Amino acid sequence: MATAAKGVVLLDFWVSPFGQRCRIALAEKGVEYEYKEENLWDKSPLLLKANPVHKKIPVLIHEGNPICESLLIVQYIDEVWSNNPLLPSDPYERAQARFWADFVDKKVSECWTRLWKVKGEAQEEARKDMIEDLKLLEGELGDKQYFGGETFGFVDVAFVPLSAWFYTFETCGNFSVEKECPKLVAWAKRCMERESVSKSLHDPHKVYEYVCQLKKKLGVD
Amino acid sequence: MAEAEVKLLGTWSSPFVLRIKWALKLKGVEYDFIEEDLQNKSPLLLKYNPVHKKVPVLVHDGKSIAESYVILEYIDETWKENPILPEDPYQRAMARFWSKFGDEKFLPSMWKFFISQGEKREEALVSASENLKILEGELKGKKFFNGETLGFADISLGWIVDTVSLLEEIMELKMIDEQRYPSLSAWMKNFSDFPGIKDSFPPQERMLTKYRTLREAYFATTRGTN
Repeated sequence: MATAAKGVVLLDFWVSPFGQRCRIALAEKGVEYEYKEENLWDKSPLLLKANPVHKKIPVLIHEGNPICESLLIVQYIDEVWSNNPLLPSDPYERAQARFWADFVDKKVSECWTRLWKVKGEAQEEARKDMIEDLKLLEGELGDKQYFGGETFGFVDVAFVPLSAWFYTFETCGNFSVEKECPKLVAWAKRCMERESVSKSLHDPHKVYEYVCQLKKKLGVD
Repeated sequence: MAEAEVKLLGTWSSPFVLRIKWALKLKGVEYDFIEEDLQNKSPLLLKYNPVHKKVPVLVHDGKSIAESYVILEYIDETWKENPILPEDPYQRAMARFWSKFGDEKFLPSMWKFFISQGEKREEALVSASENLKILEGELKGKKFFNGETLGFADISLGWIVDTVSLLEEIMELKMIDEQRYPSLSAWMKNFSDFPGIKDSFPPQERMLTKYRTLREAYFATTRGTN
């Protein structure tokens, strides 16, 4: 991995919300890096070498060392570059941040995996679960500016890429995120005012287009 | 004397709870253990973990923390003696990676193998064995996943030590043998010999009954559909 001897390389896929977490974190810290777009249907030797266990993106390669799993990458970035901390300093507050970031993965991402692949009763259940999970997140946000309070933090980084998927969730699941969780929509708009976020996320209609193509490719419909 | 400032809500058999007990023991933290009945969840559990309603939950000075790996990090940051995570950010990322691998890949693959029958069982065995090879590869040459001493990844993967032996006994086959998995076999011994770990595993007979019953229940629901 001679090319990455000193620098920072991110192996990624344009629409991946997991990759976007890393892009946002790097941007928040002002870290320069080389972005490498992966073709997930024809994975590069570099990706297979950097992540032999999961063969997935994102992978951050720093000083030749590969780090995998998006939330682990974000924590690594936060620990190596200590400016603009994403995690708070108090252990209990840090635990709460980790808990809610984990919730986004265990619940919202999991729901999403069901929502677009199934039909009928199963989809109805996925829709109900999705709304319930989004409402729980909205409850945690409350009237705060960000999940991190006054400052943009770890949970914001973990969750905001999925806001570009709200339109897709709504269309596939037949519900309105704005109607069910207006505070979340307002929060997402606030986050988009940050350059790190607006430069990393894609237009929601582009995301939806991608999912439609993916569904066709996988014969799901 | 004031009420114990640290409480752990858990069950006698949960491997996720056990890892918290290990961490607290390593750090020398005294706590009250509250046994929960997951078929009949207590108001205390529902109060302290309203989102997932699961164990383990750590309560420290009235504040609750849920999800085992979140609790482990909290314990390490709050009680500084005998650090569980290394200091170097890359080594920390690796420790977290292997902990996640254990929970999200290896554990489900072992469980699937345990409850499958027929053709599905063969497929599940291949998957579980592949995961074992990966763990063996990561350990090679090291006493613990953390190096010379026990750490975060070891604590997270420690459930392998007694649970895999249990499943092996019930299924009447050896999965982690010394020939194919010399490093893992040595690690299992090093881990269980570590001070504080040795006599901490739940009673074997009780566990055997529990897992046998669970397996029978799974077989009963799939009988006639295989």
